Amino acid sequence: MTVMLSVNDLRLAFGEGAESRTVLHGVGFDVARGQAFGLVGESGSGKTTVLRCLAGQYRHWQGDVRIAGDVYRGARSLAHARRAQMVFQDPYGSLHPRHTVRTALAEPLHVHGLDRVDERIDEVLQQVGLPLHFRFRYPHQISGGQRQRVAIARALILRPQLLLLDEPTSALDVSVQAEVLNLLADLRQKHGLTYLLVSHDLGVVAHLCDRLAVMQQGRIVETLSTDALCEGGAQHAYTQALVAAAEA
Amino acid sequence: MTTSALPAPVGVFQAWRADAAATARKLLANPLTAVGVAVIALLVGVALFAPWIATHDPLRQQLDAALQPPSGAHWFGTDEFGRDVFSRLVHGTRITLFIVTLVTVVVGPLGMGIGVVSGYFGGRVDVLCMRVADVFLSFPSLVLALAFVAALGPGLDHAVLAIALTAWPPIARLARAEAMTLRNADFIVAAQLQGASHLRVLWRHLAPLCLPSVLVRLTMNMASVVLTAAGLGFLGLGAQPPLPEWGSMISEGRRYMLDSWWTVAAPGAAILAVSMAFNLLGDGLNDALDPRQSS
Amino acid sequence: MTASPLLQVQGLQVAYGPTPIVHGVSFTLGREKLAVVGESGSGKTTVGRALLKLLPRQARIGAERLQFDGMDLLQAGERDMAALRGRRLSMIMQDPKYSLNPVMSIGRQIAEAVQRAAKLSHAECNERVETLLARVHIRDPKRVAAQYPHEVSGGMGQRVMIAMMLAQRPQLLIADEPTSALDVSVRQEVLHLLDELVAEQGLALLFISHDLNLVRHFCDRVLVMYAGRVVETLAAADLPRAEHPYTRGLMAALPSLRQRRAVLPVLQRDAAWSAA
Repeated sequence: MTVMLSVNDLRLAFGEGAESRTVLHGVGFDVARGQAFGLVGESGSGKTTVLRCLAGQYRHWQGDVRIAGDVYRGARSLAHARRAQMVFQDPYGSLHPRHTVRTALAEPLHVHGLDRVDERIDEVLQQVGLPLHFRFRYPHQISGGQRQRVAIARALILRPQLLLLDEPTSALDVSVQAEVLNLLADLRQKHGLTYLLVSHDLGVVAHLCDRLAVMQQGRIVETLSTDALCEGGAQHAYTQALVAAAEA
Repeated sequence: MTTSALPAPVGVFQAWRADAAATARKLLANPLTAVGVAVIALLVGVALFAPWIATHDPLRQQLDAALQPPSGAHWFGTDEFGRDVFSRLVHGTRITLFIVTLVTVVVGPLGMGIGVVSGYFGGRVDVLCMRVADVFLSFPSLVLALAFVAALGPGLDHAVLAIALTAWPPIARLARAEAMTLRNADFIVAAQLQGASHLRVLWRHLAPLCLPSVLVRLTMNMASVVLTAAGLGFLGLGAQPPLPEWGSMISEGRRYMLDSWWTVAAPGAAILAVSMAFNLLGDGLNDALDPRQSS
Repeated sequence: MTASPLLQVQGLQVAYGPTPIVHGVSFTLGREKLAVVGESGSGKTTVGRALLKLLPRQARIGAERLQFDGMDLLQAGERDMAALRGRRLSMIMQDPKYSLNPVMSIGRQIAEAVQRAAKLSHAECNERVETLLARVHIRDPKRVAAQYPHEVSGGMGQRVMIAMMLAQRPQLLIADEPTSALDVSVRQEVLHLLDELVAEQGLALLFISHDLNLVRHFCDRVLVMYAGRVVETLAAADLPRAEHPYTRGLMAALPSLRQRRAVLPVLQRDAAWSAA
């Protein structure tokens, strides 16, 4: 099984000298191609920070990261964009308020100089289950769940292999969350995508992911498969506490 | 959160047009703003059709009819050279409009460009740009204009340049503040992650969002531009005689103000009306374009 | 208990303009924990604010009956409501970051609430502030009283809000998503605290939330709202056996650790629910 994402000894600190605050203390995990891997933790655990490092938002991290075998050093490039894309947490902040859906979806295509713009947009809208006439709507004219679908469509339009998901459903209503989770599971199967999902909700992680890592204060305390988690196989006390809280 | 029940727009242009129409409606719903828009429309109209609206030649002197009060022949009376005040006022709108437009066209892009770049990149770029802005900000516009005129000689173009040079820093500061707030927004990060170059992010994503507050500020600036130009004209440093610039009209009419009030009142009222109109428009634009207030 | 319940609401309606956004809401509340559950747009927050008459001026509140401890809230003027709010009817909201004044120290804000209840000397007031902070299980009350809201965590901020609320010994507390912004472990502490207060002080609690799982374990009774109407009222323990399709649909749509499914059942909305 080929490894899609390999993270080794990822370290990140903010501030200089005496005020230096270490946020990641040597995080490491592997994600196989076509697998969904979850990073679980509470706020301040560093799980979102890991995602941002992989997205290129933070560049001053140390460690060894390989995506599809190629070494990644944090720079934002066209090649990286075609390999990894991200879906953000807040559906109200992830779309440009003055761009129509069509403009938002066409943007990455223009940046990469791809042709058949309208065709690709229609294709990706159909994949996420949005009607085609949504192309000309502004974000404030569509609901939160629909915005998240547009965000997913935007992430998919470049046909990346790796999808970074930052709590994609935590800002959505329960009923809408179910739809989006189903969509994500479906898309992964259909297109053989690899997911790195960050969430504080064990239920969501258990639904979408095959394996997960539990983070606490910038460290991974345990890595296990979802099956093991659901069968009570958690070994670390913190993991067990999270499971207990989720099952309560 | 439900989808709005609007008829679905079917094209890019239609979507944009529907959005612009909604903003225009919001703008004109406020009666004060509507008044401001009307006055400015009047200004533009008069400036365009000045030769046809003016009753006399604004430059033609008629010394035997000097300092005539307002009458049927001369609606706003005549000045000390017997020139028709009304016609001078009408032709003066062209000069006022010229100054306001030129300053805005220079200051807008310049201020916004520097501000957005400064706010987006931060760090040394930001420090450099803002210190330069501080230098220009420390000059009162009238003083700088005096310096310019002393160096280059009096004239309308030099006055415009001087005003523009002191008017761009507040615009830059405003654009910078907006850019700083927005540069970490998710949609900006998304654009960067797609591989967009910095220029593209600035031009297509960041600048359009900074535009509304800059536009409002520019509109309100126009009022002070009118006043500064009038001030320069009053000091004899702007438009040179016999050009019918409103400020210089007040300056020339000053001596006869007590007996022939119309020589000063007419241009003064015009300056007041136009400044007020720009302020009202700016205020209305602020409310109409403010995303937080959108229903 | 045969005495009439503390809060009686019948046929509550709130409208902005022609269409009502809350319609026909009826419930009673005694010394218990009642949850009002719904998704965004269901009107649950509006119900909470309508009770305190804290809605924007354009809102029109109507009801067949709106009684609090024998007092008619519907007819009550602004002055009467101002006397009620905070003193007998209190509210805590979701994010303490936004409900606490960022430029005043915590101690001072609580002191303000204390002074509203009774005029005390400076020393007595400080003592009362510390007592209140200790009551909400804050371990170092003196130190926290000197801190500012941005210096304390979310969970502690929420406990400070509860302390402020307690200063005036209200009879009824409306809690609008009080734990939604908190981490799972901190959530339990705040809920435990609210539980204690209900038991000890006989506080009536109206708990507004979107989290069905949370209210199932925490509250006594649940009111499920959809599109401005109450679709079901039931005991929290009966939630797994809910009858209304919306309630059942919501329960089923939650991803759960114990019951893993390949596809989550998606809620099929029925227009009849909003017309009921």
